[in-house]
Amino acid sequence: MNLSLFIPEIALAITAVLVILLDLFIRQKYVMRYLSLAGLVVAGVFSFIMWGDNNPAAFNNMLAADNFAVFFKLLFLGIAFLVILASADYESKFANFRSEYYALILLSTTGMMLMSAAADLISLYIALELTSISLYVLVSLLKDKKSTEAALKYLLLGAIASAVLLYGMALVFGATGETQLAAIAQSLQTMTDSTPLGNPALYMGIVLMIAGFGFKIAAVPFQMWVPDVYEGAPTTITAYLSVGSKAAGFAIILRTFFTAFGEPFTISHDWGIIFAVMAVISMIIGNMAAIPQTNIKRMLGYSSIAQAGYLMVGLATFGLAMPATALGESGLLFFLVSYALTNLGAFTAIIIISNKINSDTIADYAGLGRRSPLLALGLTFCMVSLIGIPPAAGFMAKFYIFSQAAQHGLLWLVIIATINSVISAYYYLRVVKVMWFNEAASTEKVPSSAAPGIALALCCIGVLLLGVMPGLLMRLAEIASSIFTF
Amino acid sequence: MDFNYLSTILFLPAAGALVIALIKGNNDKHIKRLAVVFTAIPLALAVYLFIAFDRSAGAAAMQFEEKYLWIAPLNANYHLGVDGLSLPLMLLTTFLGFLAVLISWKVHERPREFFAWLLLMETSIIGVFVSLDLLLFFIMWEIEVIPMYFLISIWGSGRKGYSATKYVIYTLFGSAFMLAGILSVYFTTGSLSMVDIANQGLGMVQTAMPAAAIFWLLFIGFAVKLPMFPLHTWLPDAHTDAPTAVSVMLAGVLIKMGGYGMIRLVSMFPAQAQQYAQWLIILALIGIIYGAAVTLMQTDIKRLIAYSSISHMGYVLLGIFALGEVSLTGAALQMFSHGIITGLLFAMAGLVIHNIEVRDLRKLGGLGRQVPIITAVFVIAGLASLGLPLTSGFAAEFMVFLGSYTSTAVAHLNIYTIVAIIGVVLTAGYILWMLQQAFYGPVKEEFNSVKDADKLEKVYMFVLVAVIILVGVYPAILTDIFKLGISPIVGLIGG
Repeated sequence: MNLSLFIPEIALAITAVLVILLDLFIRQKYVMRYLSLAGLVVAGVFSFIMWGDNNPAAFNNMLAADNFAVFFKLLFLGIAFLVILASADYESKFANFRSEYYALILLSTTGMMLMSAAADLISLYIALELTSISLYVLVSLLKDKKSTEAALKYLLLGAIASAVLLYGMALVFGATGETQLAAIAQSLQTMTDSTPLGNPALYMGIVLMIAGFGFKIAAVPFQMWVPDVYEGAPTTITAYLSVGSKAAGFAIILRTFFTAFGEPFTISHDWGIIFAVMAVISMIIGNMAAIPQTNIKRMLGYSSIAQAGYLMVGLATFGLAMPATALGESGLLFFLVSYALTNLGAFTAIIIISNKINSDTIADYAGLGRRSPLLALGLTFCMVSLIGIPPAAGFMAKFYIFSQAAQHGLLWLVIIATINSVISAYYYLRVVKVMWFNEAASTEKVPSSAAPGIALALCCIGVLLLGVMPGLLMRLAEIASSIFTF
Repeated sequence: MDFNYLSTILFLPAAGALVIALIKGNNDKHIKRLAVVFTAIPLALAVYLFIAFDRSAGAAAMQFEEKYLWIAPLNANYHLGVDGLSLPLMLLTTFLGFLAVLISWKVHERPREFFAWLLLMETSIIGVFVSLDLLLFFIMWEIEVIPMYFLISIWGSGRKGYSATKYVIYTLFGSAFMLAGILSVYFTTGSLSMVDIANQGLGMVQTAMPAAAIFWLLFIGFAVKLPMFPLHTWLPDAHTDAPTAVSVMLAGVLIKMGGYGMIRLVSMFPAQAQQYAQWLIILALIGIIYGAAVTLMQTDIKRLIAYSSISHMGYVLLGIFALGEVSLTGAALQMFSHGIITGLLFAMAGLVIHNIEVRDLRKLGGLGRQVPIITAVFVIAGLASLGLPLTSGFAAEFMVFLGSYTSTAVAHLNIYTIVAIIGVVLTAGYILWMLQQAFYGPVKEEFNSVKDADKLEKVYMFVLVAVIILVGVYPAILTDIFKLGISPIVGLIGG
């Protein structure tokens, strides 16, 4: 027992409780925002200090505090920080629940941090539920028809996904007799080559776990909830869902599949194929469905499905490559950071715009290039990054993840992915086109208070920096993922 | 090298774009003057490098090199340098970039954005010609898409939105294959350096992909840009609907990126180039004949010039894949020559459209009396385009044909060359028809009040004409330096 390893999570949970308690005494609710931000900074500082300690196991091997976990913790804290900054004006839409809103964001961030640290199926499940339940409530916060429908849909489908995941875990436990990821791996090593193959329960378990996690990362065919939930949820929460929840899903998949099912190669090869196929259909369906969308939140919902497809190229690489040489994961980590910054930037711009024009319809963005050039420029840059055109980070992320796939003989997958990027250019550029080329209905400026503007600026600067000088983050991603080399 | 000439040339236009975007006030003149300054200095530096380039026998192939480690995990370098091939093309880019600003002097719609995008585009095109690292090369190649998209869709004419989107999708489609090709090269050789790959060959490890597949992946990317038949259909739309200065840049230097990339590709994959040369030459011939035939049918003055590019780029493709030293030099010269000639043609067409407000050749006529200067320059440009001796067009086409006729690298080249020469006849046909339709014939009274070229327009017209004649009379000024870049490549080709 070494509690000091989990100061960041503890700090965050305490902040969440404080926010709820202080809500009873303090009338100026904006205090809660600053309190939450302070909590995130404290947690971030403590996480940062732990970088390099690399404690593989703690709490009876239930949780790990290695570089991989720290990398993701910092990512989640950064995401939550930007989302809260971006909420500054938007929170007036649910004025009665401001404190609950911030507390729930902090709690789900805690859950995500634990997800990235979970080294045991049981702790993994608990962390995942902590995240999910907070998110169900957050989605419903607007309390209008769409928001309620979205929350109910998310809750029901999420509950099914959790059940499927649990069932998969139970089967894996049945086949191996272990719940700890490392112990599962050991138990698989002792089986002869024919035994894991001859054990359908194990395979069934792995497939069901992929289905459960697939729901989290919004991969086809587990993507049904995405467009409705993205559209109905408060936009800040859509932003949070689209990056935080997805990154947490990938963190958990990376750790589970690499630690527990990384060897023998017969198994990793098989789940690698599954991810490759899911990557292909996610990219194609996500991009195709995004094309006809008229609501920008729905469009970005489908786009996030396609982006999950690009990310799964990394998973496929790392399943299909021989384990000793696997590199796919560092590309994945880099892609996740770049995607988080880009998507948060795009959503922040959308939040600022919808505060003013009260619409998420793409056609209503006409003439924004004239009304607020900086805002339009920021959103344009994020769209360019999502397409994957340099000098934005999206290009480097794709280059990095695809280069690792190509290196391991997955060039066919790379070609499908790059062609999909071209298709995606069509709908991303449509937003750009409407903003810059169509005539505006009014010439009124779109005002923004300082905080969301800062969030947007931070995202855009980050996207540019990662696109031009990606070396440092690539190095960090390599260090973080080095825990997976045998 | 004490002073980073290439970086300065590369980033000055981008810096200018930034200054123009951020400067206070909405003074048109001020913005345009800034644009002139930020394109004139790179031009002056490029001229200096052209003079200072070491042409002696033992000199290094790559000069003015700059190399810094850029992304350690990918082994990517910030590596710039020019050789005999890329230096004239860089000079051409800075030259046309400067003239494009003058040509745009009458742009009054959203000038701040226009000049910012124009300058940003110049940086990315220069970047393509001076990058020696494949990743940097690809980034520069891609960056150009965004300014072009804005320039065509905001300041264009006709179906501008359609043309701009078509251009972007085509280019990205080609780039998708190119990216896959670059990744494969990277993992077969472990290097992103174009120089190292050309010097050491691909013989190292042939893991993921056979070399032929990589060759084709890269080739598609360049072929879309050149454009090679049947990947050319974006060109007439984009060229026709773009604003004048952008048409000049598109035809003048942007499509040269494709030809330049192909020559570099030949240097990296000499064996594959030779293996498939025959097929590519046949496509080149189709492009020459088909392009010229379609040009004959055009009635829109800009569209006619745009289609003529397809035919002219066919000569470039023929020259490259004839794989002889003379033919490759001819192809490079043809790229340069086509850049200035078609640049001038587009500038003149833009002037006609601006001053007369008619772009349909059937409605024009008899302008020779009313606008004598425009007519004279247009005729010179047209004659240069059809390859009249003493113009650069003649020198270039002559070298391509001579080189391909005598080259032994590919079978039956003499027959192919003769077929290609038919294209010259067709070219004469459409150029003369265009000149006759627009400038000769009965004088039309409704054009009596049309203005001729003003002072500024005369400046860029005459400068371009002077360069066309200079290169036509004394082509060695360019061929000598092109040869320095091309002979090492030819040395790699067997046979």
